[in-house]
Amino acid sequence: MIRAIRACKTAAEERAVVRKECAAIRASINENDQDYRHRNLAKLMFIHMLGYPTHFGQMECLKLIASAGFPEKRIGYLGLMLLLDERQEVLIDLNHTNQYIVGLALCALGNICSAEMARDLAPEVERMLQFRDPNIRKKNNQLTYLLYKSEIKRKGDWKNFTKPAALCSIRIIKKVPDLAENFINPAASLLKEKHHGVLITGIQLCTDLCKVSAEALEYFRKKCTEGLVKTLKDVVNSPYAPEYDIAGITDPFLHIRLLRLLRVLGQGDADASDCMNDILAQVATKTESNKNAGNAILYECVETIMSIEDNGGLRVLAINILGRFLSNRDNNIRYVALNMLMKAITVDAQAVQRHRATILECVKDSDASIRKRALELVFLLINESNVKPLTKELIDYLEVSDQEFKGDLTAKICSIVAKFSPEKIWYIDQMLKVLTEAGNFVKDEVWHALIVVISNASDLHGYTVRALYRAFQTSEQESLVRVAVWCIGEYGDLLVNNVGMLDIEDPITVTESDAVDVVEIVIQRHTSDLTTKAMAFIALLKLSSRFPSCSERIKEIIVQYKGNLVLELQQRSIEFNSIISKHQNIRSALVERMPVLDEATFMGRRAGSMPATVSTSTTTSINIPNGVSKPSMAPLVDLLDLSDDAPAPTSIGGSGDFLQDLLGVDLSPAPNQPGLKPAPQNGTDVLLDLLSIGTPPPQSDSSTSDILSSVQDNKLPVAPLDGLLSPSTPATPVIDLLDGFAVKPPTPENNGSAFPSIVAFESSLLKLVFNFSKPLGNPQTTLIQATFTNLSSDSFTDFIFQAAVPKFLQLHLDPASGNTLPANGNGSITQNLKVSNSQHGKKSLVMRIRIAFKMNNKDVLEEGQLNNFPHGL
Amino acid sequence: MIHFVLLISRQGKVRLTKWYSPYSQKERNKVIRELSGVILTRGPKLCNFVEWRGYKVVYKRYASLYFCMCIDQDDNELEVLEIIHHYVEILDRYFGSVCELDLIFNFHKAYYILDELLIAGELQESSKKTVARLIAAQDALVETAKEQASSISNIIAQATK
Repeated sequence: MIRAIRACKTAAEERAVVRKECAAIRASINENDQDYRHRNLAKLMFIHMLGYPTHFGQMECLKLIASAGFPEKRIGYLGLMLLLDERQEVLIDLNHTNQYIVGLALCALGNICSAEMARDLAPEVERMLQFRDPNIRKKNNQLTYLLYKSEIKRKGDWKNFTKPAALCSIRIIKKVPDLAENFINPAASLLKEKHHGVLITGIQLCTDLCKVSAEALEYFRKKCTEGLVKTLKDVVNSPYAPEYDIAGITDPFLHIRLLRLLRVLGQGDADASDCMNDILAQVATKTESNKNAGNAILYECVETIMSIEDNGGLRVLAINILGRFLSNRDNNIRYVALNMLMKAITVDAQAVQRHRATILECVKDSDASIRKRALELVFLLINESNVKPLTKELIDYLEVSDQEFKGDLTAKICSIVAKFSPEKIWYIDQMLKVLTEAGNFVKDEVWHALIVVISNASDLHGYTVRALYRAFQTSEQESLVRVAVWCIGEYGDLLVNNVGMLDIEDPITVTESDAVDVVEIVIQRHTSDLTTKAMAFIALLKLSSRFPSCSERIKEIIVQYKGNLVLELQQRSIEFNSIISKHQNIRSALVERMPVLDEATFMGRRAGSMPATVSTSTTTSINIPNGVSKPSMAPLVDLLDLSDDAPAPTSIGGSGDFLQDLLGVDLSPAPNQPGLKPAPQNGTDVLLDLLSIGTPPPQSDSSTSDILSSVQDNKLPVAPLDGLLSPSTPATPVIDLLDGFAVKPPTPENNGSAFPSIVAFESSLLKLVFNFSKPLGNPQTTLIQATFTNLSSDSFTDFIFQAAVPKFLQLHLDPASGNTLPANGNGSITQNLKVSNSQHGKKSLVMRIRIAFKMNNKDVLEEGQLNNFPHGL
Repeated sequence: MIHFVLLISRQGKVRLTKWYSPYSQKERNKVIRELSGVILTRGPKLCNFVEWRGYKVVYKRYASLYFCMCIDQDDNELEVLEIIHHYVEILDRYFGSVCELDLIFNFHKAYYILDELLIAGELQESSKKTVARLIAAQDALVETAKEQASSISNIIAQATK
């Protein structure tokens, strides 16, 4: 059969042959053919090895085991081990008279026994471990024990039992740790054996016992350490023994196992460690290191020295051995040396630092396993003092490394740079280098973090954007392009005007159109993905306001994408186009520079320590009804809504708040606020929630239009908006809203002051005072009279006040008394607000306000969040 | 501890598998596929260790066969190399200059020898002679059993004539 299978040229042929064979075997099983049973099973095993299902043969195994003859049993057990595994219950006879059969049974037990079997058979195995010990005889004078005893005496060959039994015990205690104590005594007696096979298994059993049971560890430590040291000494000094000799060393396996058990015993125990010092020194110095076997012993010995209690001299010896290993030409030896040094670094970092140069060489090795080890080691080696040269080395190597290694390498470099960077400029420099070399391998959160850092380093904005501009000329790596586009959008003016030059920079001249060129290239490049293109669009919009001279050109670029097949880009293109052409007055505010991103929150969020990000979830819930999922925008939204956590009066420019305010106002009469989840949260959360919807728009306007389109989708009765909404492009509602937002229905109010007035807002230009009153019989409602006073020496025109409140509040704004505010406090504007608090008595009022006006024909924006309302409103 | 032993030919055919940790049939096939992909593509001068799913796989090539053993992270890799060599030497002695074909047609014998060498993923015998002796003794038992069977059937055959 094997020959037939081997003759098959294709997988299909092979399958056919196997199927035919299986059919034959099944037929033969059905006929209950005694003679061919073991042959069938052998065939089945082969088929099994080829990866075909053979479950129908399992019963055959058991039948074979149950039969009397040795050949049948032998193949039966083999089949048992191969075809079955732990999950099946099997019964095995350990009480047989033939030692080989018991050996087979034990072997099978050792290889496949499950926890239940282990529990059941443990006493039997234990007895077999003990059969030579006359003391236990008294305790365990059970029939089976005697049976074994007499049988063993008769055969005179007890060794063959003990070995498998000991290893079976290992498996048993691994499966059922609470049986461990039963094995301690017999295991200890095994350590006194002379026969190497028994000794090896005994030592292994002891090592595993120590791992599962502290009691056993204590016992062996007290009773056996000296004996083991003596055994090791004997083995080390033993004369040539041909039976066990490997490359001139007597039984390296025994050496290694002895050393391992000594390691377990010596760990955390000074006396035991002391006891083994001499022999360890002897092993470390005497063992030949020109063959693999010798090196294996040295390796184990070093590991033992490193883990037992402190001994300076031995440690030096061990580190020297590792140094020798590291300079070895054999890759295997180098690999284990690196492995070992990683453990040694916790013990003696200084000594490992000495080998830094060699380790760095290993990072550049051609072997992936060695590279990986070395890189991990380098990562551990780095500290504040050596981070600069080491990072330089790694980045230099990044240029020439294999493609598949670059991913690992960049990840490590990035975390090194982030962890140890001594100053921001260095961090930015290194990150730019990494991005230039291997930007495609950089993870999203890494470049997000970089943007956060850049935005925080206000004195480096100019430097960074210029460096990015230069890097962009030479590299096309995706994440580099993204960061560059973002920075050019934000700080394009700094790029052109060479603001904030550092001494180390070469001066460069970039014209406005050069900067626009960069972004245009990105948009038109085929390799740029959606995120990059979307980012480029936003950058263009921002540049259109920063560089008025290029505005027309930018408009043309944007218009080209009006018919783009990607919905996201098309939408963006139309929206931005309308902003550029129709809404000059708000554009500058809309594309104002981003507020400084809060580093701590970003890190916190990345670590998942922030409570569930309310804002993000809201944004997505808005996106879904619209049918436009924008995973590409998510990172930006994420970055953006960090600013919510920054102190309130940051000036977040943009029509977002406009729209949000409008929504807040206009939607409030609606019974059900579309797109917002009615989540019962505390005031600030809800406020954040609301704000975060408004915040993304300064960057993209996308969420706003989504809110609007979700309004469309839901067809909710939003009275003031209804007439304005038309089911055309999403951009239309935005425009309409913007055009018509000044129209508000008038509602007269009465005032009766029962609460103290507060100064709601005060800046160098303007003061806002709130007077409160409550209408009779309606404690939930508060009437607020807002009084605005101009503190500056110029008069304000086009004065507009807006306010937004969280969901548990409803706000109604009356028209203001005027839209011109004379200079120097020579007059005031008053405006009435009506706030209904649905959580009256539980939560107090909160409000976010925005004041826009023109001073000397320049747009000015003031913003603030009000938390200081009197209680009980 | 050794989690499994694999013998894979140069062409990626499996010649012997022994699992000391529980893996379902599906997982086994997956493991074999993954590992043969990794190991067979490695160059000759590279080190004999591959890190894989938190374990280490130690492999060594003898002629056209790769002997692979999967061990824990903190086991001694050099020793496992030595165990592989030990196994190969015993096979060599048993078959008399072993080749891949020996292992294909006598795969059960390769299993017997492996069972004498390793149990439950641990080494049980460091002496080649002992292993050889045990295997020989068991083979002899099988032979005598067969002879008995055939002599009985001969007797029966003669009696029925």
